[in-house]
Amino acid sequence: MGAVEKKRGTLAATGAWEYAPAPESRDIVAFEERYGLFIGGEEVSPRSRTWFPTISPATEEPLAEVAQAGPKDVALAVDAARVGFEAWSAWKPSERAKVLFRIARILQERARELAVAESLDGGKPIKESRDVDLPLAAAHFFYYAGWADKLEYAFPGRRPRPLGVAAQIVPWNFPLLMLAWKIAPALACGNTVVLKPAETTPLTALLFADVCRQAQVPPGVVNIVTGDGSTGAHLVRAEGIDKVAFTGSTEVGKAIQRELAGRDIALTLELGGKAANIVFDDCALDQAVEGIVNGIYFNQGHVCCAGSRLLVQESIHDQLVRKLKRRMATLRLGDPLDKNTDIGAINSKAQLDRITELVEAGTEEGAEIYQPPCRLPEKGWWFAPTVFTGVAQSHRIAREEIFGPVLSVLTFRTPDEAVEKANNTMYGLSAGVWTEKGSRILWMADRMRAGVVWGNTFNRFDPASPFGGYKESGFGREGGRHGLEAYLRFA
Amino acid sequence: MGQALALPRTVELPGGGSLPRVGSVDAVALEARAGELAKRSIKRDSKIFALELAIRMMDLTTLEGADTPGKVRAMCAKAMVPDPAEPSVPHVAAVCVYPSLVPTARRALRGSAVKVASVATAFPSGQAPLDVKLADVRAAVEAGADEIDMVIDRGAFLSGQIGRVYEEVVAVKDACGDAHLKVILETGELGSYDAVRKASLVAIAGGADFIKTSTGKVTPAATLPVTLCMLEVIRDVHDETGLVIGMKPAGGIRTAKQSVQYLCLLHETLGPDWMTPDLFRFGASSLLNDVLLQLRKQRTGIYRSPDEMTLD
Repeated sequence: MGAVEKKRGTLAATGAWEYAPAPESRDIVAFEERYGLFIGGEEVSPRSRTWFPTISPATEEPLAEVAQAGPKDVALAVDAARVGFEAWSAWKPSERAKVLFRIARILQERARELAVAESLDGGKPIKESRDVDLPLAAAHFFYYAGWADKLEYAFPGRRPRPLGVAAQIVPWNFPLLMLAWKIAPALACGNTVVLKPAETTPLTALLFADVCRQAQVPPGVVNIVTGDGSTGAHLVRAEGIDKVAFTGSTEVGKAIQRELAGRDIALTLELGGKAANIVFDDCALDQAVEGIVNGIYFNQGHVCCAGSRLLVQESIHDQLVRKLKRRMATLRLGDPLDKNTDIGAINSKAQLDRITELVEAGTEEGAEIYQPPCRLPEKGWWFAPTVFTGVAQSHRIAREEIFGPVLSVLTFRTPDEAVEKANNTMYGLSAGVWTEKGSRILWMADRMRAGVVWGNTFNRFDPASPFGGYKESGFGREGGRHGLEAYLRFA
Repeated sequence: MGQALALPRTVELPGGGSLPRVGSVDAVALEARAGELAKRSIKRDSKIFALELAIRMMDLTTLEGADTPGKVRAMCAKAMVPDPAEPSVPHVAAVCVYPSLVPTARRALRGSAVKVASVATAFPSGQAPLDVKLADVRAAVEAGADEIDMVIDRGAFLSGQIGRVYEEVVAVKDACGDAHLKVILETGELGSYDAVRKASLVAIAGGADFIKTSTGKVTPAATLPVTLCMLEVIRDVHDETGLVIGMKPAGGIRTAKQSVQYLCLLHETLGPDWMTPDLFRFGASSLLNDVLLQLRKQRTGIYRSPDEMTLD
């Protein structure tokens, strides 16, 4: 056909349309200038007498000063949790449930404030903190509140008892949501906790201390100690803990496991990932593209279960990559508080350096890089959404966790090859399968060594569904009935 | 349109060329994406741009058994000058009427750039013999219609006679002559997004200039997900053949906010090239006044009384 004949309409429009800024107001949240530690139901000044600033990664502006908890502070927090445990574990389970229900409702009532705080301190887009982090955090408390007085029914014939004091260390990618994943099941089972938020994102945990006061959580049941990695190390070494729950890097997870060797302390680890997102040629293509984008660019790729390895059936590779690149060009990067922002700021300078290093390695090893045209703000830490094509299994970008908005595209020919390549990693946290054929999803799910396998979707979470890893992605499950087991012993 | 384009494998049609694979649509993910785009926050200048564009893209419609020449003349006056108090407000794209009222509309719109669109082919059911449908089209074109909105035969489509649907579109396109052809799929009767995708490809293969969701006589009419589904077909067709096809959601779009949501969908699916009345239309009977009210709100900061807007 001739070119003229091809055109029924013509493309001559100049319909360029810029969205005006639509920032969420930050007036709703007021930070104190300086925060102490939350121990025994009260805010206490740190014995260490040191504080450090927490800053907004989007603007580099200091938001508040938080305490650097030292060994004495950690010991005090553990003591408070021990004392708290005596009373809390003897509470009527239905009364414990009431407290959790109150927390859930207060999280919903203060959702906007907490969402703005999360985006300010962590750099994630407000639409994600508003539509994902906060609703899910509240849902976790609602869910585990329901289990608190039904533990016997969760484990028929066994007599579930709380463990005692749980030391919980959470990462910076979903600060409040990971807090909820940790605290809700621990409290429901009758434990008390000492929680250490990440160094770069302590503010929502400190606001959560206020939520605990509002919800009349008894003193010592929830204790929060802020600080850098050394605070976490003190907490793991502390006398008087019965359980460690850690979410973070595989490297630190291994160090914790070494530290606990020979001590009678329960451990669950939720570590890194390098998930395969597997796309078959019969899938709904445009929706698969959405899933790929959600899988890797959600929360700037700061997601342990991110679909960072895209395995595409060779027959649709070119078409899919073309669609993907075009979709990437519509992603809006910028002010995390703008309601139209899809990609926010990278959480810290250190993380930005790591992403940059791995991306350079990708180019050096011969993969082809694509980044859509996109203007990065001058202040703060940013990284444009990136996709690598022509990636081999041996490349660093196919093996190492990047924890940034960087996707590696590989191809496969048959379902068997897809399974082999997907499992050929030291990690095993999640995977995605895209196909119209339901039987193939089940066939794949049977063979994938990954804790979660999503079918025709990605990054979908529900408190009722267990989450956790294979291999170097950790052990133990969070969420669902399985999540209770991590906080119980059986008499 | 010379040679008919064929659909691949699954749909048996004559001719060569190639359209995108029929493929499939995942309803959950499609609706999630449409829902996400509906949350875009459009403010200030970008909102004024969107509201004015929505007016320029509007097919002001009356399709009632009770339509009279007087009603159509009043609507035409509104189409040319939507807001008498604010001369900067643009005219709408077209008026859309039954064939018998095309001459009235034609006369009323003389000298203006507002187009006359006419429904045809035994609208809204499409349940009439082909020669009757074609006569309907020819009569509307002879009476002066610039654009023809045909309906596909859903009975034929749902009973698997895809070839018959295709051939009807080809025949109607031929009967249209120079008039633009919009093909109404009546998505509310098709039952699934997969069927909407297939029907869109059949309509485009048959010669549609525009594909259109609904007659407005069936619920649901236009929705954001079904529109996104059709926009994705248009994008695939353009990728693989270079053909440029327009889109018209119709029915159920009553508020300015909805119209802005549709424009976000269009903007982020097909990009600025499609942000023109030549390639996107709203079929609506009651949308215009709400857009005018919102436009005044944007300009003056005050919500005016609906009574300030004329009812035509």
